[in-house]
Amino acid sequence: MSTFPLLTTTAVVPAVGAIATAATPAAKRTAAKWLALLFSLATLVLAAVVLARFDPGGGRYQLTESHSWIADFGVRYELGVDGIGAVLIALTALLVPFVIGAGWHDAEPAEGAQETGRRWRPTQGFFALILAVEAMVVISFAATDVFLFYLFFEAMLIPMYFLIGGFGDRAHAAGEDEGAKQRSYAAVKFLLYNLAGGLLMLAALIGLYVVSADQLGEGTFSLQQLTQARADGELTMATNTERLLFLGFFVAFAIKAPLWPLHTWLPNAMGEATAPVAVLITAVVDKVGTFAMLRFCLGLFPGASEWATPVVLVLALVSILYGALLAVGQRDIKRLIAYASISHFGFIILGVFAMTSQGQGGATLYMVFHGISTAALMLVAGFLISRRGSRLIADYGGVQKVAPVLAGTFLVGGLATLSLPGLAPFVSEFLVLVGTFSRYPAAGIVATAGIILAALYVLLLYQRTMTGPLVKAEVKAIPDLKVRELAVVAPLIALLIVLGVYPKPLTSVVNPAVEHSLSDVQKNDPRPDHPVAEHGGASTDKTDHRGGEHE
Amino acid sequence: MESLIGLLVGAPLLGAAVLLVGGRRLDRVGHWLASALAAVSFVLGAVLFAELLGRSTDDRTLHSHLFSWVPVEGFQADVAFQLDQLSMVFVLLITGVGTLIHLYSIGYMEHDERRRRFFGYLNLFLAAMLLLVLADNYLLLYVGWEGVGLASYLLIGFWQHKPTAAAAAKKAFLVNRVGDAGLAIAIFLMFTTFGSFAIAPVAEAAGEAGQGTLTAIGLMLLLAACGKSAQVPLQSWLGDAMEGPTPVSALIHAATMVTAGVYLITRSGALFNAAPDAQTVVVVVGAVTLLFGALVGCAKDDIKKALAGSTMSQIGYMILAAGLGPIGYAFAIMHLVTHGFFKAGLFLGAGSVMHGMNDEVDMRRYGGLRKYMPVTFVTFGLGYLAIIGFPYLSGFFSKDQIIEAAFAKGGTQGWILGAVTLLGAAITAYYMTRVMLMTFFGEKRWKPDAEGNMPHPHESPKTMTIPMVVLAFGSVFAGGLFKLNDSFVHWLEPVVSLEHGHSPVSAGTVTAATIVALVLGVGAAWLQYGRRPVPAEAPRGSLLTRAARRDLLQDDFNHVVLVRGGEHLTRSLVYLDGKVVDGAVNGVAAGFGGLSGRLRRLQNGFARSYAVSMFGGAAVLVAATLLMRAV
Repeated sequence: MSTFPLLTTTAVVPAVGAIATAATPAAKRTAAKWLALLFSLATLVLAAVVLARFDPGGGRYQLTESHSWIADFGVRYELGVDGIGAVLIALTALLVPFVIGAGWHDAEPAEGAQETGRRWRPTQGFFALILAVEAMVVISFAATDVFLFYLFFEAMLIPMYFLIGGFGDRAHAAGEDEGAKQRSYAAVKFLLYNLAGGLLMLAALIGLYVVSADQLGEGTFSLQQLTQARADGELTMATNTERLLFLGFFVAFAIKAPLWPLHTWLPNAMGEATAPVAVLITAVVDKVGTFAMLRFCLGLFPGASEWATPVVLVLALVSILYGALLAVGQRDIKRLIAYASISHFGFIILGVFAMTSQGQGGATLYMVFHGISTAALMLVAGFLISRRGSRLIADYGGVQKVAPVLAGTFLVGGLATLSLPGLAPFVSEFLVLVGTFSRYPAAGIVATAGIILAALYVLLLYQRTMTGPLVKAEVKAIPDLKVRELAVVAPLIALLIVLGVYPKPLTSVVNPAVEHSLSDVQKNDPRPDHPVAEHGGASTDKTDHRGGEHE
Repeated sequence: MESLIGLLVGAPLLGAAVLLVGGRRLDRVGHWLASALAAVSFVLGAVLFAELLGRSTDDRTLHSHLFSWVPVEGFQADVAFQLDQLSMVFVLLITGVGTLIHLYSIGYMEHDERRRRFFGYLNLFLAAMLLLVLADNYLLLYVGWEGVGLASYLLIGFWQHKPTAAAAAKKAFLVNRVGDAGLAIAIFLMFTTFGSFAIAPVAEAAGEAGQGTLTAIGLMLLLAACGKSAQVPLQSWLGDAMEGPTPVSALIHAATMVTAGVYLITRSGALFNAAPDAQTVVVVVGAVTLLFGALVGCAKDDIKKALAGSTMSQIGYMILAAGLGPIGYAFAIMHLVTHGFFKAGLFLGAGSVMHGMNDEVDMRRYGGLRKYMPVTFVTFGLGYLAIIGFPYLSGFFSKDQIIEAAFAKGGTQGWILGAVTLLGAAITAYYMTRVMLMTFFGEKRWKPDAEGNMPHPHESPKTMTIPMVVLAFGSVFAGGLFKLNDSFVHWLEPVVSLEHGHSPVSAGTVTAATIVALVLGVGAAWLQYGRRPVPAEAPRGSLLTRAARRDLLQDDFNHVVLVRGGEHLTRSLVYLDGKVVDGAVNGVAAGFGGLSGRLRRLQNGFARSYAVSMFGGAAVLVAATLLMRAV
């Protein structure tokens, strides 16, 4: 198959963009920004082509590319997307232009930097790093070689580290020096947590190689070969080996996702990073973790996945409730959103391990919709924070009076976060809940309590920041959204509404991938006790039929 | 004809979108646009009603399938509508009263600079409420269900600069979310039981499911109904919701949205009929709320809160009737409609009074207003007569039917329920007479407002009084019209499978008892508030009065247990997360690689250590591979 390497191109374009942006001369800051935006938009177009070219009725992995790379270790450069990977690449490519647009003024050189003649070019660096992360994330979503995946899963820590540690909110409640210290701490914590996970995964990766080399004669990291060999019975693992390898992978992903109790790096990182970088962390980079659970944990270690399910479900439930309760208790806007994300990651992991069509389909949609809704909420929060120079909720109050558009968009972002029907996250959250309930009713009910807490933390945040009388002088001076800011937020809100009303373009791509994933773990959906006869609800054939006829 | 259903929902939705996105350009026309679109919906409703009337009784259901909404393996949710006799009644009520209240708001909100946004929210409410009653499956109904909750949130908190309004809005949404969770779980249960949550198929298959499952579904639906319809134990938000502008209280928190719980239970009649245990709980909730709301209504001096207590109580009647099953559904809905007329009228009257009294809500600061606001007095008075069940007015017919049905439940239960509904009727007469006397009769007890302006009560403008007059007509005649040949009940019969119970008490006796209750209630109120002057400051009151003023202490309970408890919980969790969880994970990690040490040293050497780790990892990999080769 000598077709055009579409996936590689989708990753190479932002990578080239990163280099080009970084190479822009120090004085041409605006040009660097536009260059970065242009490259991110080009990537978006490519991602749209990926989505359009993906045929839901076709094979499991499409747009595949395969080249030998490190032949000695059986490492191949293998790319390919299933429906899940395709929509997540689309999400990534979609969000990065918004991240760039929202961060337009986040990385100006400090005043007086020119005089000192330093060659550090923060603006160029900031946008180049963002594009670098995008390139690596795209490869991670497309890699079907486990080693290739690992490489980029780890490598993206480096640009992320610099994004978190190098660029923070200019005005810090604790003063500039203390702010720099806390930023540094957050960046190192992020790095070390994820690095620790990465090392565990590396160990498991080696173990996997050893096992495959042992049984297949030649070691391989190819996901397709490995799953095929597992299905054919050529590759069998001792129960304990499988479980250990599973744990190595899972812990790495659970740190990234993040799952309770491995979550504590996230509030630090999201709190200290600028809002666009926080979006990059929670909406894009962390999704690699949940995506990898679905693709690698379930695909490579089905037995161990089943073994671990009860514990994972409990941890996911703890994440949902714990994250939500901590969000309620936060005094810092960005940390609040971080804890809300922890709660949402709980829902995603719950959906993945419920092992039902609705659960996993919902979890995949959840990754996409959470990305969009958190981006909307966090970016508006960032606009607000940049106006007042404070992240503390208590420093606000009555903002809607002076900045009604800002308040309105913030509310919509918040309503999406609490999964209001009509907005996209509702669809995914409901699917996760119903999919969980159908196999584990108790877990489904506990998770449903999460939707009440979500309403609490969102509305409390809105009430405390946006409503009430205008008393603080600094708040009175807050201007409403500027055109650039509105241009960033409005499309996100429009998408939340459109996908909430008509999510079908995504479900039709995701559904077949979920079927494959469920067949990996050999799970069937629970059947209803008293299926309704003529209505299509329970009929498998009818769903297939309907899914197919619109393609 | 079917396609009109989509338009019916679409018209106000379009209005909401245009008004909320359109910006200030629309400030001058927004209210007219919104009112026109509400009227369009009403006209479409009327056209569809004529269409249904022209069909035979067993063919009065229209379906309209727009598109497949969430198609996931085994899970089908469509955007599809179903218009039958029950939905039709609601459509006419919602769009009819809705249009009147749009009209009223033009005058009421005239001086509000955010009037356009207000009308945008009102249109949003109409669209969501229509979606709720027209959805052909429970998931789409859920969208409408939370949609009206959103509109309610936005409108209660419309005057966001008032902290009380913002807090009340949040409380309403939160309490409702508890109910919404119930509805969600009911849908999960339907899905796992029937593989579907479309309304008609589920109703057909209802009988096949096990008793336990059906009871669970019923109780979860009831939980949802309790939230939306402010029934005990989720009633606490309704009183606070009166912070919203009065037209909102009339439309959403009296005539339509709060009755959605009654709709839900009636709509799910097939499920409830097969789950008698759940029905018993429904009846108990209705009976308890009926008395609860009435007691609260007796103690409040705030005119809107007194009316809110009354709303709670009247919906209690409806929920009770719906819980009685096929002998009650039709009467629940009939009372719902007549209540829609007279309670909306009463609220609009209250708004008119406030409009003339510098937004004063304390009835102890009113008095003698009948001379100054004749139209308001007459229309309010007719609404008053209707709600207390004055013979041959709307409330008389509809409430009487419920009391009869309660007795017809049979056995001890029947006697208890009958007695409760009669007692409720007496208390209703008492608190409504109290409102009437304190507001329109007696001496003037007016006081200057916060800025020192003495009120100059005057009649409200035409845009406000016309809707009041129309609703007063409804309050007077709707009941009689519905009762004529039992036309209303026959209209609903195909949907609600009407049955006639066997009352141990004759209809005549019930009517007589109702009238006695009415006279007792009115008399008691007159003795207290008519014969003697009303003190301008509230007397201390009995223990019960004081408790009732505080909503029978439910808020205090919530505050101590939920709010305080929750605050302690979150605070301790925040502490634990920072100290224990973070510390433990760091500590464990330290055991592996001195992680916490590195954390403390911060960035010193981080790049080196990272490089070393990566290099180390790669080295291990290479070594392992070589080893494998060697083997």
